[in-house]
Amino acid sequence: MQKLSEAAVKQINEICDRHANDKTPLMMILSDIQKEYGYVPVDVQEIVSEKTGISVAEIYGVVTFYSFFSLKPKGKYIIGCCLGTACYVKGAQQIIDKFSEILGIAPGETTEDGLFTIDALRCIGACGIAPAVTINGTVYPKMQVNQVQKVIDDYRSKED
Amino acid sequence: MSLVNIKIEGISYQVEAGLTILEAARQCGYDIPSLCAFNHGQCSSGSCRVCLVEATGARGLVASCVYPVAEGMEIRISSPKAVKARRTSVELILSNHNKNCQQCSKNGNCELLNVAKLTGARENVFVGEKTPTTYDDLTPSIVRDTSKCILCGRCVVRCQEAHGNGILGFENRGFATIVAPAGNRSFKDSPCLLCGQCVNVCPTGALMQKSEIYKIDEAMAAGKHVIVQTAPAVRASLGEEFGMKVGTPVTGKMVAALRRLGFDKVYDTNFGADLTIMEEANELLARIKNGGTLPMITSCSPGWVNYAEYYYGDCLDHLSSCKSPHEMEGAIIKSYYAEKNGIDPKDIFVVSIMPCTAKKYEKERPALVTNGLPDVDAVLTTRELGDLIKRSGINFAKLPDEEFDQDLVGTYTGAGVIFGVTGGVMEAALRTAYFALEGKEYGPVNFTEVRGFDGVKEATFVLAGNEIKVAVAHGMKNAKPIMDDIRAGKSPYTFIEIMCCPGGCINGGGQSYVRPTLLPNEDLDILDTYMSKRAEALYSEDERQALRQSHNNPQIQQLYSEFLGEPNSHKAHELLHTTYVKDRVRFD
Repeated sequence: MQKLSEAAVKQINEICDRHANDKTPLMMILSDIQKEYGYVPVDVQEIVSEKTGISVAEIYGVVTFYSFFSLKPKGKYIIGCCLGTACYVKGAQQIIDKFSEILGIAPGETTEDGLFTIDALRCIGACGIAPAVTINGTVYPKMQVNQVQKVIDDYRSKED
Repeated sequence: MSLVNIKIEGISYQVEAGLTILEAARQCGYDIPSLCAFNHGQCSSGSCRVCLVEATGARGLVASCVYPVAEGMEIRISSPKAVKARRTSVELILSNHNKNCQQCSKNGNCELLNVAKLTGARENVFVGEKTPTTYDDLTPSIVRDTSKCILCGRCVVRCQEAHGNGILGFENRGFATIVAPAGNRSFKDSPCLLCGQCVNVCPTGALMQKSEIYKIDEAMAAGKHVIVQTAPAVRASLGEEFGMKVGTPVTGKMVAALRRLGFDKVYDTNFGADLTIMEEANELLARIKNGGTLPMITSCSPGWVNYAEYYYGDCLDHLSSCKSPHEMEGAIIKSYYAEKNGIDPKDIFVVSIMPCTAKKYEKERPALVTNGLPDVDAVLTTRELGDLIKRSGINFAKLPDEEFDQDLVGTYTGAGVIFGVTGGVMEAALRTAYFALEGKEYGPVNFTEVRGFDGVKEATFVLAGNEIKVAVAHGMKNAKPIMDDIRAGKSPYTFIEIMCCPGGCINGGGQSYVRPTLLPNEDLDILDTYMSKRAEALYSEDERQALRQSHNNPQIQQLYSEFLGEPNSHKAHELLHTTYVKDRVRFD
């Protein structure tokens, strides 16, 4: 495993200090780290553990429980496909399958160019617009299979 | 204490308010089949759904292990709805379980098998996909097999309660959930102390000791001179393997059984304990006299040594350099005993019966080797000894009481016996230190100040003008603040005893399982009392001994005069002392 840089260790410690007085600091710390680095690998969890006194086992449990956190680096654009009950009955499985097919990756994986990650989300609370897809916070309501290609193309064209 | 009126199966009872339905029912004479529930709710709060009952005032069925009784509550345990729900819960657990019960070494102590019978679970009612599994047998101590895990969380809670910062946790979610060290690593690659407390509470075969019985078979088949030694705590628990009441001392029968199993010599690790005291008490006195590193901390508990190496690598100078008693005894057997008997040490095979899973790892430490030979060749737990005796067809209860072999390394004192309980090593050391400093025996013999099960015990003694402040801690949760003080340079103590397992070795990870649901003849509160019952077995054996101070052990005196010279002599250091690993990585 690649050693963390001194600067990274310092920043992680700062994030921990930022939430030192919170009642339940772990979620806030992890979510700041996730936002900052795009993932929370185990060696980072160990620093958090040493700093907060919370066991690595517990931190790892939290990181692997919530789909918001990731153990591996995520892509620039995170495609979150809701597979909650409402979205599922409205055909979310076909949507996520289409994203997988076009990008050539399974849910949870990242494209080789580091551009896209597909996340299978459980209910995101947007049942009224099912099936819902979010990409870096932008919501795509009532998504249809034949719109998937265009959405991807739009993001790709931003990169050109 | 306020009482509430409840009804179970239509019959009225008065029970303490605040009890769970499960506990209240037990007091009224009903054992609701339950699985994940442990002592006073030590589980992940009703996760297994096996103890479901009907209770008025509740919506649907309730998990009786977590649901409290209330005034006027009417409880139905045997309603068709509750009976069916409990059976379904067990059938669902079994649908994701590796049902190789015949080959499972938890066979006979398995709580899942027990509730399967109690609830009448049927074969293969639910068949389908199973959670991917992990089998970890990379350490010499503990095997983790998630194919048998029911996700009750008892091990997670026990690891945290004993050691503060547990290494086990739930990982992933839903169907993929497992209990594991972070990242589903092997215990080998995580800062696991290998203490086995998790094994003690696991209701199924998901956490097991790693058996070494085969090594004894091989050594005997190879015609080795096989010597067995037994730790003090084993005699306080072994009887439980044969249905005896918890805390029944079985020293004589244990010796008789070992002799019938074909061991060439049956010794008591208490001799090694007496030797440890001679070395350790003198090491302490030398440190006091010469301005050495203080406080000095005991080093008998391999789980504790692991903890010190993982978390306090900068404080290892504080650990006594003494090997643990069974390692000392092994080293003396392979040198002094071998020499006296004209046996090549290579032909000697030393087996230690220990209450401990960490000792299995300890014997493989590279620093515990003398003249190229490991001091100890195999370590069996109390439970494995039970298995070995059962396998041989010996009727344990009908055995006569026999004495340990008495030649060369056979005598022991009461001071050695009490090593098995928290505070015991401290008390044994104080008896000898008192004599060394005051020039006479301590009149009352017992240092009761260091007895009992408080997490940290403190006492101050003035011996020949030296003020000696001592502390005793058991469970790493209790050791941590003491170690933090040492690291900060503000520890007030001179001498500290630390044992890894809560209660000391009597509650070691290799001792007999204490499972209320499988012990119908024990009191309801057995999980609160078993440690003191086992401790009593040791303290009473100490009281029965004519000699109760290590320095009065005649063979110890003989060993020094004929072989070792003085305590802490050069030869003693070669054979009886060890080193620690400073930069042991916690995660690989």
